[in-house]
Amino acid sequence: MSEPVIAADGRPLKASLNRALRRQKLRALALIAPLLIFILVSFVMPIADMLFRSVQNEIVGDTLPRTVVALDGWDAESDDAPGEEVFAALYTDMALAVEYKSHTRLGSRLNYETTGIASLFRKSGRRVSKFDTDVYTEAFQAADPSYADPAQWAEWMADDSIRAKLPVTANTYDDWAKMIIEAEGDVPGEEEPWDFVYTALYTDATNGAQLPVAVDVSDIAPVSLQQQFGDIDDKWLDPNIWRTIKTYAPKYTNGYFLNSVDLMKGASGVEARPENEQIYITLFIRTMIMSLSIMGMCVLLGYPIAWLLANLKDRTANLLMILVLLPFWTSLLVRTSAWKVLLQQQGVINDVLVWIGLVADDNRLELINNQTGTIIAMTHILLPFMILPLYSVMKTIPPSYLRAAKSLGATDWTAFWRVYFPQSVPGIGAGCILVFILAIGYYITPELVGGTKGVFISNRIAYHISSSLNWGLAAALGTILLTIVMVLYWVYDKIVGIDNVKLGG
Amino acid sequence: MSGLPPYATTGQRAWYYSFRVICGLIFFFLIAPIMVIIPLSFNAQDFFTFTPEMLSFDPAGYSTKHYEDFFTNSDWQLALKNSLKIAPVATLLSVSLGTLAAIGLSQSHVPFRRAIMAILISPMIVPLIISATGMYFFYSNPYIPTPFGKIELPFTLTGTYLGVVLAHAALGIPFVIITVTATLVGFDNSLTRAAANMGAGPVKTFFSVQMPLILPGVVSGGLFAFITSFDEVVVVLFVGSAGQKTLPWQMFTGLREQISPTILAVATILIAVSIALLFVVEMLRRRSERLRGITPS
Repeated sequence: MSEPVIAADGRPLKASLNRALRRQKLRALALIAPLLIFILVSFVMPIADMLFRSVQNEIVGDTLPRTVVALDGWDAESDDAPGEEVFAALYTDMALAVEYKSHTRLGSRLNYETTGIASLFRKSGRRVSKFDTDVYTEAFQAADPSYADPAQWAEWMADDSIRAKLPVTANTYDDWAKMIIEAEGDVPGEEEPWDFVYTALYTDATNGAQLPVAVDVSDIAPVSLQQQFGDIDDKWLDPNIWRTIKTYAPKYTNGYFLNSVDLMKGASGVEARPENEQIYITLFIRTMIMSLSIMGMCVLLGYPIAWLLANLKDRTANLLMILVLLPFWTSLLVRTSAWKVLLQQQGVINDVLVWIGLVADDNRLELINNQTGTIIAMTHILLPFMILPLYSVMKTIPPSYLRAAKSLGATDWTAFWRVYFPQSVPGIGAGCILVFILAIGYYITPELVGGTKGVFISNRIAYHISSSLNWGLAAALGTILLTIVMVLYWVYDKIVGIDNVKLGG
Repeated sequence: MSGLPPYATTGQRAWYYSFRVICGLIFFFLIAPIMVIIPLSFNAQDFFTFTPEMLSFDPAGYSTKHYEDFFTNSDWQLALKNSLKIAPVATLLSVSLGTLAAIGLSQSHVPFRRAIMAILISPMIVPLIISATGMYFFYSNPYIPTPFGKIELPFTLTGTYLGVVLAHAALGIPFVIITVTATLVGFDNSLTRAAANMGAGPVKTFFSVQMPLILPGVVSGGLFAFITSFDEVVVVLFVGSAGQKTLPWQMFTGLREQISPTILAVATILIAVSIALLFVVEMLRRRSERLRGITPS
């Protein structure tokens, strides 16, 4: 064994070097850390939040907690509505939800799955406080005045031994008290409990529980809550409604994803949506086809330009490059408004065509608010993103190769096709992926010049966020789009390398 | 490959000239839409086509009334003010953090370099609508999820100046990273070692040696970040509120609801801004190439 080499400070050289290396790594990381944290908090976490929202489904369980538990015992395959205990749970849940005003939100959530639920919930919300259950309240209060005393109630409900005897009542009273504080801003000890608390007390009593002050409940005529709900709307007796509630009861759902590929959860597994509700697959395919056409147009128009720029003298090329860079630097909205102005029926292009005599004045071309408009405007906007990578690849192809091919007897076409073109393929690949990635997620231009036929999936996402408020579906559509883009990004990184992205020549 | 050889055949000559014509048409396609806007913005009528007066160069056909509208209309002025308030702050934030990180990334031993790079570039790649959706949900939520449970904030970021600035700074960062890293590729590290040898501290070295050399990259990255924020509309539509209405936002709503000719005046002003920016970036690029020519690497 040879002696370890010692550094000037007396430590072994190897350890000293390792320490220096470690310190260098830490310093580099310390420089990167602030930005990395910033991006993680302001960008990556929001995206993760969105991804999470596409499977999140807490609203049913949060709004109807008792109903969801009671529904466990109901067979979703049966043709009958659930029994009385489910309706009793629904009564309590609804009475509470109405005060929090969360029943309408739940209604619109479930309406995405089965139409008609939103109005059913709204209607039931108005009527649920007028149920005949006040007979219980009156009967208990008539039997003993202490049942009408809020302070007495609060005392009972603070006593663990009474709570243990009255499980349903205790649970209901707690949520009622919470609601009184949160939604009404009152003190539970000063408010007489509402009818549904007495209903819970009646349920406990009929189950044989020992009441704090004995009351003979056999004299009270039971109120059928199933019938009460059925009186509001006989949809409540339709098992389909209950199937929907049961299907969407879990905290997480794949429902939004199924919806975004035109499927839905039925009683017996996944099934296709009705024909007239199938829009997303069409929209995804259209987004793909239009992005591909834009990409194709960009190759077609960008290749000659890149070739010309790469093969001209530097001075001329730099001058012409400005014609490519100026659109690249010009505001997206400026360019979109230019196209909006140019492509209109009374716009410059139609005017010129009429003036030349190509088009009759009463038969002007429809160039905007359709797919043509989107493709033209987006090709213009994305063309520089094709030319710049193509140009930088073509710049590296030595012109002597073409001359060599020609001196060996190749024609111009053969020399180009067999020698030059294969070497420019990496540039085409880079440009195509870049243009495709950018095109597939475009929102502004299709929104302004696409009409109804020329819009992309991103316009639908925006619609669900700002107009229909179906955020889960927007998140699911966004997740699918993001996955497509990420796969392409990965391919781009493999082919080009993400650190090789260049901006502006 | 420029110029035709004297022995070119007729076919070759025909192709040579038709190729130039094709290229000319494509250049026309690239530049004409932008250029058509400029004369139209001086239209004396509220039309989007050339009136007969304009075509016959009658001075009565031209007017600057759309520009006057832009400079007197309170909606447009508010939008301009907001844009000028948001973009510089967002740029400053992305340039300062981005330059530091780019210097860190350019050092020889950085663990997880590719992964970090991919995360930092992602705001440029992720479609804007998805960034906007995520930020809209996240910024409107006063909770920050942590592994130990949610921390509740006393405020939300949606509809605030800070929210828009943070969102725009995140979008501008990839541009700073890309341009500064590109400048640092040719950077000679022996210069910083020499400075350290002469007794300069890290801060002094950074500002007097490294910074002047990488300045072109930093400035052009900053310009990219600025134009990104100045031109951005999707995220601000979702994250901002009417109080943060920017110039592109005002243009977008104007274009969607009814086209007001003032938009063309604004567009012309923005074209002038982009021409100015283009020349600054071009000058910086040349300067950087010149500097790199004399820097041994």
